[in-house]
Amino acid sequence: MMPLDATILSPSRLALRRLRRDPSALAAIAVLALVTLACLAAGLYARHVAHTDPFTSDVAAAITLHGQLTDIMQPNDNPLHLGLTPIGPTWSVQYLLGSDPQGRDVAARLLYGGRNSLLISASASLLCIAMAAVVGILAGYFGGFVDAALSRMMDIMWAIPVYLFAISLSIVTVAQDLHLGPITIASDNLILPIVIIAIVYVPYAARPIRGRVLSLRHAEFVTVARSLGVREARILLRDILPNVAPTLIVLAPLVMALAMLAESALSFLSIGVQAPAASWGTIINDGQGLIYTRPMVAIAPGLAIVVTVLALNVLGDSLRDALDAREGDR
Amino acid sequence: MDAEAVLDVRDLRVGFGRGVDLVDGVSFSIAPREILGLVGESGSGKSLTSLAIMGLIPAPGRVGGQIGFRGTELLALSEAERRALRGRRIAMIFQDPMSALTPVYRIGWQIAEQIRAHLDLSRRPTETRVLDLLSAMGIADPRRVASAYPHQLSGGLRQRAMIAMALSCDPDLLIADEPTTALDVTVQAQILELILRLRDEFASAVLLITHDLGVVAQIADRVAVMYCGRIAERGPREAMFGAHARVHPYTAGLLGSIPRLHGPRVARLAAIPGSPPNAALRPPGCAFSPRCAHASARCDTPPPIVPLGDAHEIACILPAVAAEPDHV
Repeated sequence: MMPLDATILSPSRLALRRLRRDPSALAAIAVLALVTLACLAAGLYARHVAHTDPFTSDVAAAITLHGQLTDIMQPNDNPLHLGLTPIGPTWSVQYLLGSDPQGRDVAARLLYGGRNSLLISASASLLCIAMAAVVGILAGYFGGFVDAALSRMMDIMWAIPVYLFAISLSIVTVAQDLHLGPITIASDNLILPIVIIAIVYVPYAARPIRGRVLSLRHAEFVTVARSLGVREARILLRDILPNVAPTLIVLAPLVMALAMLAESALSFLSIGVQAPAASWGTIINDGQGLIYTRPMVAIAPGLAIVVTVLALNVLGDSLRDALDAREGDR
Repeated sequence: MDAEAVLDVRDLRVGFGRGVDLVDGVSFSIAPREILGLVGESGSGKSLTSLAIMGLIPAPGRVGGQIGFRGTELLALSEAERRALRGRRIAMIFQDPMSALTPVYRIGWQIAEQIRAHLDLSRRPTETRVLDLLSAMGIADPRRVASAYPHQLSGGLRQRAMIAMALSCDPDLLIADEPTTALDVTVQAQILELILRLRDEFASAVLLITHDLGVVAQIADRVAVMYCGRIAERGPREAMFGAHARVHPYTAGLLGSIPRLHGPRVARLAAIPGSPPNAALRPPGCAFSPRCAHASARCDTPPPIVPLGDAHEIACILPAVAAEPDHV
């Protein structure tokens, strides 16, 4: 709006520049981009590389491996050859990471599951931060009764173990379709886990936001804004919100990491993503019974979760450093 | 109510909750284009006085008395009406220009925002006005300063930007709360000179709040000295800083504690014994009496307001003491 002096960078440009010079931030972003791209390419992989439909079970299937026709379900190694065990990692195009107990390609399911895991955790994180921002800003700025009421509510929510709370909410909503007046939400709708996870982490995110607003409320520039005749609502939007933005941005990847863990846990307990759809948590669940014979079914999604969560945490830390507006250009 | 005055404060009382009045019956008035220096130690109630005038005393504060602004009683106005006055007709500048400017916006944006909040100006004229204001503050490179963020400017430039923001809507009254305290001495002098010059250019009256008698002696037309929430003395500057001035014992003590460049060198600077009382423990009579060298039994009743001529008054039973104490 003002004539700009090109040598003066805005805080966001400055933060971007710092981020570009931070190797761990770049590594984290690269990992996250790679994971996201791979998951987006799930359809391509399933159709054109693995030639499989990862959503239908086919225990009678057979593939050509090293020139031999091989059954997906193989007899057990015990002396009587009782029972069947799905094929392990083939390290070739089909069944790269082996098969799950229903004869589905774990590698393809891993990519499809990643879509859900990423979508749910990212949406839950955004929703959670948005709700936490409203709660934190209102509590911090208006103080008094508003603060007491909101903060005690957060305390009560935070006092219930997160997973227990999420499980209780899930059982109410996922057991049958949810009817909200004219709207019916099917129990396998992804909205449900997103909203549940977002709600349970609101106290986690709202506290630091409230703390930041509490100190901003007494900042002199807020008094100045009042002395210049600015309305309260405008002060919230103009002076408070941009100054808590760094806190929100730093919290987003951290909450996303927590949300991803929560999503996996819920799905592992069969109250998140519903079969035949997959998420990293449901695949770990599929691999549970095969943990001694075919550990890769559980290890692969586990590794995917570890890598993604780690990258998100590193990104959060780097963002915290990059967004510290008070520090000069390094 | 004095219709001539820009600001006419009568018997102003400010307190919090059920506590005692921290500002206890303060009265003063400011004529158009006048600079009134309100002097006092930390905790004497001078900043509360300014916040009360702005209508920014936070809950659970209570404000009593009368604050007449150009013939309007401010304390009778609604919050919306007062907000419309703030920044438009009464503006304020603060001690620390670093924390007074929002760190996330460019200076120019902040001033423009302030103009847009009160005046109906479109983009182009607003922009021109911002640059004009910054130039009027004696800023050589207004374009660069307008594009800068607060942390990128020096303290002096920040304070100039802050003053530009306060003056952006041509207020009738500018309240300057310790405007030079956070600045170093050379910049201090420049800012004071700027305030003097702007008083003429913008035709604003100025309420200058400070603990620095030197600042007051330089630019104030009239002076009011506050002690423990009350006015101890008020009068024209010449009457208080002249060679043969006679003043309130507290003012005399303040003047005596300033080192001097001329005259005989003193071995030790005179200090006022004791420290300012907690407002809750204020003695029933003259608040200064426990620390006053001239105190007598008569000081246990509230002191009368004694006129010394030329609109100079002190709240003391003594016929005033010499402004220049004899250094022993």
